[in-house]
Amino acid sequence: MVADSNILVRVENLKKYFPITRGWLFSRQVGTVKAVDDVSLDIRQGETLGVVGESGCGKSTTGRAILQLHKPTSWHVFFEDVDLTTLNAAELRALRPKMQMIFQDSVAALNPRHSVGKIIGEPLVIHNVGTAREVHERVIELMEMVGLKPAWIKRFPHEFSGGQRQRINIARALALNPNFIVCDEPISALDVSIQAQVVNLLKELQKQLGLTYLFIAHDLSMVRHISDRVAVMYLGKVMELANRNDLFRDPLHPYTQSLSSAVPVPMPKHERRRRRFILKGDPPSPSNPPSGCVFHTRCPLSVEMCVTTVPEFRELRPDHFVACHLTDTETGSKIPEQTVLASELT
Amino acid sequence: MEPILQVRDMVTRFYSVDGVVHAINGVNFDLYEGETLAVVGESGSGKSVTMMSIVNLIPQPPGKVEGGQAIFSYGEMAQDLLQLSEDEIRHVRGGQIGFIFQDPISSLNPTMTIGSQIAESMTEHLGFSASEARSKTVELLRNVGIPDSERRFNAYPHHFSGGMRQRVMIAIAVACRPKIVIADEPTTALDVTVQAQIVDLVKRLQEQMGVAVVWITHDLGVVAGLADRVLVMYGGTVVESAPVDNLYEDPRHPYTIGLLKAIPRLDATGEAETEELEVIEGVPPDLYQELTLCPFAPRCGYAFDRCWAEVPPLIEVGVQHGAACFYDVERGGPRNGS
Repeated sequence: MVADSNILVRVENLKKYFPITRGWLFSRQVGTVKAVDDVSLDIRQGETLGVVGESGCGKSTTGRAILQLHKPTSWHVFFEDVDLTTLNAAELRALRPKMQMIFQDSVAALNPRHSVGKIIGEPLVIHNVGTAREVHERVIELMEMVGLKPAWIKRFPHEFSGGQRQRINIARALALNPNFIVCDEPISALDVSIQAQVVNLLKELQKQLGLTYLFIAHDLSMVRHISDRVAVMYLGKVMELANRNDLFRDPLHPYTQSLSSAVPVPMPKHERRRRRFILKGDPPSPSNPPSGCVFHTRCPLSVEMCVTTVPEFRELRPDHFVACHLTDTETGSKIPEQTVLASELT
Repeated sequence: MEPILQVRDMVTRFYSVDGVVHAINGVNFDLYEGETLAVVGESGSGKSVTMMSIVNLIPQPPGKVEGGQAIFSYGEMAQDLLQLSEDEIRHVRGGQIGFIFQDPISSLNPTMTIGSQIAESMTEHLGFSASEARSKTVELLRNVGIPDSERRFNAYPHHFSGGMRQRVMIAIAVACRPKIVIADEPTTALDVTVQAQIVDLVKRLQEQMGVAVVWITHDLGVVAGLADRVLVMYGGTVVESAPVDNLYEDPRHPYTIGLLKAIPRLDATGEAETEELEVIEGVPPDLYQELTLCPFAPRCGYAFDRCWAEVPPLIEVGVQHGAACFYDVERGGPRNGS
């Protein structure tokens, strides 16, 4: 099915709808939240695919659905040519060691009653890899790999700082030699000076071990720094997907343009001069997404077609995918220079 | 120009069961009329505790403001906020000093309409009648960008999105025409596109009302776009204080220098794009220890014997530019007299 041997994970038409129910005894469904709506992506061997978007855009749900932590509504996910949808629980479990996850909340992700050694060694025990001595040796090796002192093996999670706890999470994810790791906002909860430490560690490990990452975050500058390609999501859909340089230097989708213009850069003189398009209002609710292009309610360029027709997500330029009607029109999808969308009051 | 707020040698400690937390260790700064002062630092650096100490919002016990002065002067009046009684400080809070907090949902009363929460501060502090306060509130809601403000007066906080709730918080903060607004990470919980709206709104209101804004944040990007001056805090002390351009272009404290190199930039080009981020090794200081050395010394590449022996004061290194460091990074050696 997967023609390109470079592709490690292929996601086809992933949908995840959550029911909204009312009543606790005879609960009935009164609506759906379309958390992820028809997402297709390829993740290539050895790359980092960044996923950015605002809260509620479905980026975490996408990551979890790929690993089957959420049972998607409809989908096909191929992992190394195997369609995960066709597997039963035992077969899926056998594949688990190859796909791991690092969570945002390093406190919640670690059992407070288990020592670091037990936490990192647990995947090895569950999957019956090696004797107790071998597990111990592997745990020591992993701790050194992520920059934790092996002497700390008996300590408990609360004795570590946020950055160190995230290192424990990384060590546990690496225990079974995975080739694919979903990093769900791994640095969002950390301080700036610690973020850089963790990002450098992730990059270093990728180089050493040939890992493939799906890196989910809302911090655009960090995603750009760590990713090879970046997907921009909005209300459950991918709006644009491209090589990170093309995406940030020449964004085609109006949402990507406004998103990157809204990110402040740490250069005061530049920041004061910079032209910015500030979007009006908040993102709409995914339980009642707008018709047509989901972005049309906030898009400064939207035309009638955007209200009625869902734009196709297509490869406009080599390796640069975008879902916007306006890229076909004469005027194009670029927000013109003179458009200054200040807050609604002016 | 006379400063509207002068903070001198402020010390705040928390007495917990595990020991004494030395949260603020002698903080000095001035705030001038109508300016935007950004206070930057990581968690535990003392940026929020400093501002909360000034207006007596530190929970006591376990907290205790143990020393220093905070002289608040406007017009003919000058008073030390740290000496005021609970009753007196309550008139200053919400009256002459307004607040915007990070999390609007826990700062707003869920059982009161947003209109009455704004009007309350006007009747309380300005002595407005109910109808006067109502009409002013509707006008204010319109001014902070809440459409259909007449009807929204009667809405409850849960009817609003995160960005809208933060607009309501801003309306409450400026309702009594304060001299100072303290904004404690007001955009941290918001998405970037909404953050940009809120930053713009605060800037516009500041121009209209001439209020001084203290913006507490950890985001050096946001600071670049809105501050006039910046205080960088670390380990409960101010390590650098400078006009915004100087701070970014000519930082003098090794911590500030490291911090600016540790963030990737969306505008990076060429080699800077793929480079490893520079890292400040080590972890933030343990606040259970009393501060007897430079708080940054254990993580600093320039530290020499004096840094381990005493706490560096803020040393003047340029116009309005101070750095608490014994090492002169520009010359590449210990500062004269060190």
